[in-house]
Amino acid sequence: MIVAKRKPLAEIAANLKKVNKLLIVGCNTCVAVCLAGGEKEVAMLASALRLALRPTNPNLQITERSVERQCEEEFNAVLAQDIAEHEVVLSMACGVGVQTLAEQFPSAIVYPALDTTFMGRPEERGIWSERCAGCGQCVLDKFGGICPITRCSKNLLNGPCGGSENGKCEVDPQNIDCAWQLIYDRLKRIGQLERLLEIEPPKDWSKSRHGGPRKIVREDMVL
Amino acid sequence: MKSGSRLERILEAKLFAVTAELGPPKGPDRSVVERKMGLLRGVCDAINVTDNQTAIVRLSSVATCVMLAQAGLEPVMQMTCRDRNRLAIQADIFGAVALGVRNLLCLTGDHQCFGNHPTSKNVYDLDSIQLIQMVARMRDEGLTLGGEPIEGAVPLFIGGAANPFGDPFELRPIRLAKKVAAGVDFIQTQCIFDLPRFKEYMKRVVDMGLHEKCHILAGVMPLKSVGAARYINANVAGIKVPESIIKRLQGAGKGSKVRDEGIKICAETIQAVREIEGVHGVHIMAVEWEEAIAEITKQAGLLPRPEV
Repeated sequence: MIVAKRKPLAEIAANLKKVNKLLIVGCNTCVAVCLAGGEKEVAMLASALRLALRPTNPNLQITERSVERQCEEEFNAVLAQDIAEHEVVLSMACGVGVQTLAEQFPSAIVYPALDTTFMGRPEERGIWSERCAGCGQCVLDKFGGICPITRCSKNLLNGPCGGSENGKCEVDPQNIDCAWQLIYDRLKRIGQLERLLEIEPPKDWSKSRHGGPRKIVREDMVL
Repeated sequence: MKSGSRLERILEAKLFAVTAELGPPKGPDRSVVERKMGLLRGVCDAINVTDNQTAIVRLSSVATCVMLAQAGLEPVMQMTCRDRNRLAIQADIFGAVALGVRNLLCLTGDHQCFGNHPTSKNVYDLDSIQLIQMVARMRDEGLTLGGEPIEGAVPLFIGGAANPFGDPFELRPIRLAKKVAAGVDFIQTQCIFDLPRFKEYMKRVVDMGLHEKCHILAGVMPLKSVGAARYINANVAGIKVPESIIKRLQGAGKGSKVRDEGIKICAETIQAVREIEGVHGVHIMAVEWEEAIAEITKQAGLLPRPEV
């Protein structure tokens, strides 16, 4: 899923100093699961903003809404009236949701309340970590199901650099596992260590963000 | 001969090679390079020039290497994958070869988080093994990575690094084998302080026959102070200075006596690695202490350097 975290309150509030009618819109999919932008977080942010902004802006009115998936226009259609009646929309969705609202409601002022961070998964309660960089050409078959593009700080494809120590990455030994230690351990366990002998050629980054904005067209599905 | 470089000639003549490291200045001050060239002339066979080492911006490796070549010294140009994509790497290689560079050390490069521009974007379009393979193809087939013919020859002696002290240990000789398969001619290892582990590493390397397919130069570093040793242990992943060495430095006294002891330990390490099967030379990394190289090589019995 897409993992995000809320921006610092001061950064959000800085855009709202003269706003009287504010609409906060949450999203009940990825960002709700990572406890950043679901219904509860909308309520919490609304309360925090009332406290923070009321002293300078006593007329502030905040409306709280949430939709199932802010990245799809169908789910946002119900917001049309609310958006028309508010000066600013504060989206608590990922960057895709924020942009969907802005595209769908061309006159609306839409600000983000979250920093969209990565595609990842919850490792344990309160901890999420990155798993996929969306490079456009999955290599997980070669590396025992562990992605060196995402999980190696240098996205090395041919083994660890010299900075791997006790299973940890030198960039942040407290918090980052060495992807290549994980790959080695796993390939050993599944009997595929010989894969490490193959020289992995330079990657085709044109399938990633480096090739420009991407689009998938499924002719069989296009109406 | 693949490159005809002095380093290649020394190693092909089965002589014990000595390389040293020259760190370019943090700016365009030629006099720093000229002073360091003076310190290294005649006491080693080739001089590695670092490439924004530890991700700190310095006078470029290409330009510094050209200064060396023009002064009649033999550079080993270090090239990292951190700051350049595959186009820039090939262009810089063409430039270096055109201006007389004949040895290239292919490195991944320290992560920028350790340097003086930690918020920069990194590249890592290629990794070091892909870089080695690319350069070998440029030299041997005359083709760019993209497959087009190169105008002119690329006579480079191709080097790579190896860290016998990084984890996972079992993977380290395997990774060396990959560098050999990619086309590496010589290897310069990470600094050796833990001799038993290096011996175990070399045993595995020899068992795999890799010592006959590339020239391995053992990396050594003189320690200037107890603080330097502790700094390495605290901040450099994949190297550990054993407590026994720190005690020797502590017991040496103060100031110049500690530095003398550091030089002595380094010379002893060179003599010890020279006895290990598969070690064809030594690479001395005296970081910002190029003055020490002459004395180290003298104490280790490596002077005068042979003419080849």
